[in-house]
Amino acid sequence: MSIRILESKCCGCGNCADICPGGLFEMKNGKSFLPHPEDCWACASCIKECPEAALRMYLGSDIGGLGGAIHARREGSELKWIIELPGKELRILTTDSRSANEY
Amino acid sequence: MQWIFASQSVILYILVYYDIQEGETIQKQLELRYLSADFLIIGGGTAGCYAALEFCRASDGNVIIIEKANIRRSGCLAAGVNAINAYINPGSTPEGYAAYAARDAEGIASHDILLSMARGLNDTVKRMEELGLSVLKDEFGRYSARGAWNIKINGENIKPLLAKAVAAESRIAVFNHVWAKDFIVKEGRAVGAYAVDLKNSILYAVSAKAVLCATGGAAGLYKPNAPGFSRHKMWYPPFNSGTGYAMGLRAGAEMTSFEMRFIALRCKGTLAPTGTLAQGVGAKQINALGEECEGKYGRTTSQRLFAAKQEESEGRGPCFLKTTGISKEQDEDLFKAYLNMAPSQTLKWVESGKPPSEADVEIEGSEPYIIGGHTGSGYWVDNSRQSTIASLYAAGDASGACPQKYVSGAFAEGAIAARSAAKLLGSAPEISASSAQEEKEKLNAFFGRKDPGYTARQLEERMQCAMDKHAGGIGSNYRYSGKSLAAAEAEILEIESLSSFLRAETGKDLAAIHELRDRLLVCRALISHLGARKETRWRLFAEHADYPLKDDGWLKFVNSVLRGDKIEIIIRDVEKEGSPDEH
Repeated sequence: MSIRILESKCCGCGNCADICPGGLFEMKNGKSFLPHPEDCWACASCIKECPEAALRMYLGSDIGGLGGAIHARREGSELKWIIELPGKELRILTTDSRSANEY
Repeated sequence: MQWIFASQSVILYILVYYDIQEGETIQKQLELRYLSADFLIIGGGTAGCYAALEFCRASDGNVIIIEKANIRRSGCLAAGVNAINAYINPGSTPEGYAAYAARDAEGIASHDILLSMARGLNDTVKRMEELGLSVLKDEFGRYSARGAWNIKINGENIKPLLAKAVAAESRIAVFNHVWAKDFIVKEGRAVGAYAVDLKNSILYAVSAKAVLCATGGAAGLYKPNAPGFSRHKMWYPPFNSGTGYAMGLRAGAEMTSFEMRFIALRCKGTLAPTGTLAQGVGAKQINALGEECEGKYGRTTSQRLFAAKQEESEGRGPCFLKTTGISKEQDEDLFKAYLNMAPSQTLKWVESGKPPSEADVEIEGSEPYIIGGHTGSGYWVDNSRQSTIASLYAAGDASGACPQKYVSGAFAEGAIAARSAAKLLGSAPEISASSAQEEKEKLNAFFGRKDPGYTARQLEERMQCAMDKHAGGIGSNYRYSGKSLAAAEAEILEIESLSSFLRAETGKDLAAIHELRDRLLVCRALISHLGARKETRWRLFAEHADYPLKDDGWLKFVNSVLRGDKIEIIIRDVEKEGSPDEH
């Protein structure tokens, strides 16, 4: 379980470093850097805070990850979750903080 | 921040920077600064943030929150939460909730403490709704129930909502990215705490009239299910290092029920919650033959875990939650529900192409945690949530004898502690400059010393292996014996002694060393508790191979204190209708 950083998209704002509950991100040459990817808890806080959608959360293959990844974009009260499937196909799910879960 | 410094003169020791001889890293030595507040809260999670808000309602004093991450996404609710699991639905009573929680803990709980928490539950939810939390309602505008004591919410934003409310209160100062090291106790009274700002290399000596321990519990004591790349994909936050308990032990506070470990039965691999499947869509726990096995050994939390493990050990595993047959619409709703609390599970369903309607969800037990919000482990407190040390309070995962408090119970306890703290009069006591100086020197000694040839990470892995093998981890089917506990203790003591030679090159290293040492102390206390309870009251949570049966002679609290360098066990009676001894 961890986070992949798309270096070309990273603007170096440091939001991920500020929000990560484990304090796992560091800044290196103006870009975000995750020195210990195996320390990630997968809470997804960083992918919600990244203004450039430069972070991808993925499941480690040791717990069944298949190469897909997820990131999120916030639009008002909505979060658009973009899941990249292993075959590069996209699946988009939207959650809204104004509506409670049915389950 | 001017006001913080107002009550005490600012004494600033600027130290000369120095280069570490052997490496290229230049670590700025810590400088010392003094702060002061009426109410000091360690940990800006569920209980801590709520306590800060409540203190401002009950008093005109000021608050400092010390938080090692950022309160917007720290603690176990970082990813969100999608149900309130402690709520008094119409027709139920706080007394009923207290009885239910005590039953689930097989009687090892304080009735009065449970009751005081249960009475506060519904108010906290109302307040959170006012702060913007979405709660599912029925056609009549009433909260929609999920089971006897549960309501449905969308708590993806529960921490940002709390953080926003805290930011709006000018009397609360939040120190993010600052980790607490130790309480300061003077003549039996808590007068503050030491805390370290890693980024700015500052040691804060914070004095306060009242101090609240609102930290998380302890994860990372035992080897996890996937100890390799996904070593931190556990259920409870891997960043909860048991520091609140360790600080309390070192300060001389009494702890209770560490042996009532919590082992979570969760979705395999992601360790995502299962309540949403079990209670939300009514998925039954089944074995590999498709037979229902949930109630086979009883229905308490530990018995449901035991059912899954027992089916496995008798050759009928693995176990699943039977979700096949639910509708595609339910799949979609579940995807969203999990995105709001454990997005890894949604990713798993979607990327594998096997949604819950098409494949039952395999379940597994986590490694054991110490966590007062689920079981009864934590500080021994009275009804005001004061610990055995005057003006030191505990709430949420940190406080004990009050199992099944969950999110709303942590809020309720934070509120009780804050109202108690608001009644303390006088001003924040002075902190002795020589003690603060000594503390700074102790911390700075970790920098620039000789490389011992091993790292905190290596010692942590050794600790997790020792606990796994000898103190009832996953690898030993959660069982232990007097002999195995003695082996665990010997190894933990050796690791503790090795850890005192660790070298820090960066602030992060310094934090990692101290988190390891906090975990080791919690391990030591835990081993003493496990050995002291000479029965098996809770299946797997505390499965003593030498005493495999429940013995009602042990309907007692096992408590502990650290005296000198030894953990001493204290046995206390469970008062059916009374509280733990007032002190």
